[in-house]
Amino acid sequence: MSDVMAAPRAKVEEKLFQNRYLVDAGRPHIKVKPHTTPSASLMAMITLCPAGCYSKTENGQVEVAADGCLECGTCRIVTRKTGEVEWNYPRGGFGVLYKFG
Amino acid sequence: MGEFSKPFDAIVVGAGPSGNAAAYVMAKEGLNVLQIERGEYAGSKNVQGAILYADALEKIIPEFRDEAPLERHVIEQRMWTMDDKSHTGMHYRSDDFNEEKPNRYTILRAQFDKWFSSKVKEAGALVLYETTVTELVKDLSGKVIGVRTDRQGAPIMANVVVLAEGVNGLVGQRSGLRNEVSPDTVALAVKEMHFLPRETIEARFNLSGNEGVVIEAMGTITKGMTGTGFLYTNEESISVGIGCIVSDFAETDVTPNELLEAFKNHPSIKPLLADSECKEYAAHLIPEGGYKAIPQLTGAGWIVVGDAGQFVNAVHREGSNLAMTTGRVAAETVVSLTRKREEMTAANLAEYEKRLGQTFVMKDLKKYKGIPDLLHRNKGNFFGTYPKLISAAMQTWFRVDGIDKISKEKAIIRNFRETRTLWGMMGDAFRLVRAWR
Ligand SMILES: Cc1cc2nc3c(=O)[nH]c(=O)nc-3n(C[C@H](O)[C@H](O)[C@H](O)COP(=O)(O)OP(=O)(O)OC[C@H]3O[C@@H](n4cnc5c(N)ncnc54)[C@H](O)[C@@H]3O)c2cc1C
Ligand code: SF4
Repeated sequence: MSDVMAAPRAKVEEKLFQNRYLVDAGRPHIKVKPHTTPSASLMAMITLCPAGCYSKTENGQVEVAADGCLECGTCRIVTRKTGEVEWNYPRGGFGVLYKFG
Repeated sequence: MGEFSKPFDAIVVGAGPSGNAAAYVMAKEGLNVLQIERGEYAGSKNVQGAILYADALEKIIPEFRDEAPLERHVIEQRMWTMDDKSHTGMHYRSDDFNEEKPNRYTILRAQFDKWFSSKVKEAGALVLYETTVTELVKDLSGKVIGVRTDRQGAPIMANVVVLAEGVNGLVGQRSGLRNEVSPDTVALAVKEMHFLPRETIEARFNLSGNEGVVIEAMGTITKGMTGTGFLYTNEESISVGIGCIVSDFAETDVTPNELLEAFKNHPSIKPLLADSECKEYAAHLIPEGGYKAIPQLTGAGWIVVGDAGQFVNAVHREGSNLAMTTGRVAAETVVSLTRKREEMTAANLAEYEKRLGQTFVMKDLKKYKGIPDLLHRNKGNFFGTYPKLISAAMQTWFRVDGIDKISKEKAIIRNFRETRTLWGMMGDAFRLVRAWR
């Protein structure tokens, strides 16, 4: 497996640059609720989010930056039991705009 | 939106294949239809492989081939079992698929949905884009009588609301019509669009004209998770992607992007993509829970179609055709009730489920109802052990190295039995056959 994984690979941030978005500035459609210790489900989003929107802060909390969000809904479903994520679709017309899909 | 004073015959939430099929059929039959889509245009939020199965669309728009944006008609299907360095393939190619009315096409959903949406408008429906439905409006008895949107104004009323909102099913859930989607019944898929000159694609895949090839792959590419990879040829591009069950993904540290990169760099895939330019990276969920995951489909004033109803046959990678068929059947049910001037009660709308039972949609989902559980419970074997064993057996068999064939046969059998007990293998085979029937 190692040789496959070692092949040069594009970072997800670079891939998102190819996509088109209409960002609803100042109105993020996904928010992580204030917490002290993130649940295992919320922690899992750091690797699971296909757009890499989740990351860990210096204090060990999890935060989200939803500008590159692909609107798949995975984080909503994974954290449904813990309720740590407040998830809505972007306002009509905003968000990702697939050219090909 | 106070301008809509008179209730619509029907409101359709969503303009994917299920919503477009429903809105088109109802509008064509003269109903007063409003369709609401959150994207800037139909398709701007939608992701698919994508293979279009002609039959389901032909039943709605028989002449679609003359105008729909189609990429290539599929003449060859490759099914691959992969380990880290090899693939064992079953290919089926036939000139019969070069027929006057081909059976399967590759498409690009953003363009296809836009076209389908234009047909819905031609048929007479009113379509509102850039508008998200936020909740359903109910009367005191609990009957759904309209929707609220994220635009200012009064709620919009209708005799029936068709929920064609896709796999996340947010409106239905927030209105208490159904449970939340569970992480072990949906797959997360990531996909890229790779562009190449059409001559390069034709030479690389042995195609001429508009002929196309599709590859479906399983094996160690999903690193022990329940999932599959795919690679489809379009006119001037290649769609490549991979998806796994969300609850499996949540247990690993592999990111979806890394999984896709490893798949793209697999020695069997890499040459097919060489020198291409990637122009889009997309992600979407696929409902894969099958028959057992289907939520309640109808109630007073509402009806569910497409991915929102979990209508996907994961074994055969069919979804858009189930979406269009459920959309059409729901529309026909509503049309027939409207004509008879019957109320959209829970009892009357249950006719939809009865009609669906007669179609391939319910018959196929019922047939495979045991498969999702089986694959998920035995994922280590189906997505790890067996693909590796198959590859090792092939290599032993094909490598010419002075060892006689009887010894080779014995070595292959020994390898299988040492890796997985005879009982284990027989059990898996038995369970697979039983779940398949
Ligand atoms: C990677 C991938 C590969 C696939 N490959 C294939 C394949 O090869 N062949 C095949 O047949 N199927 C395939 N499928 C499955 C297929 O894409 C789906 O089954 C199909 O798109 C379902 O159609 P739908 O109309 O029900 O939902 P969707 O296509 O998801 O459409 C839902 C629509 O509703 C809109 N919407 C949602 N919520 C709201 C709201 N609140 N307000 C307003 N609008 C809203 C969305 O923007 C969207 O346009 C694949 C799926 C994926 C993800
Ligand atoms: S919806 Fe999908 S892409 Fe967006 S933040 Fe959640 S997991 Fe990431």
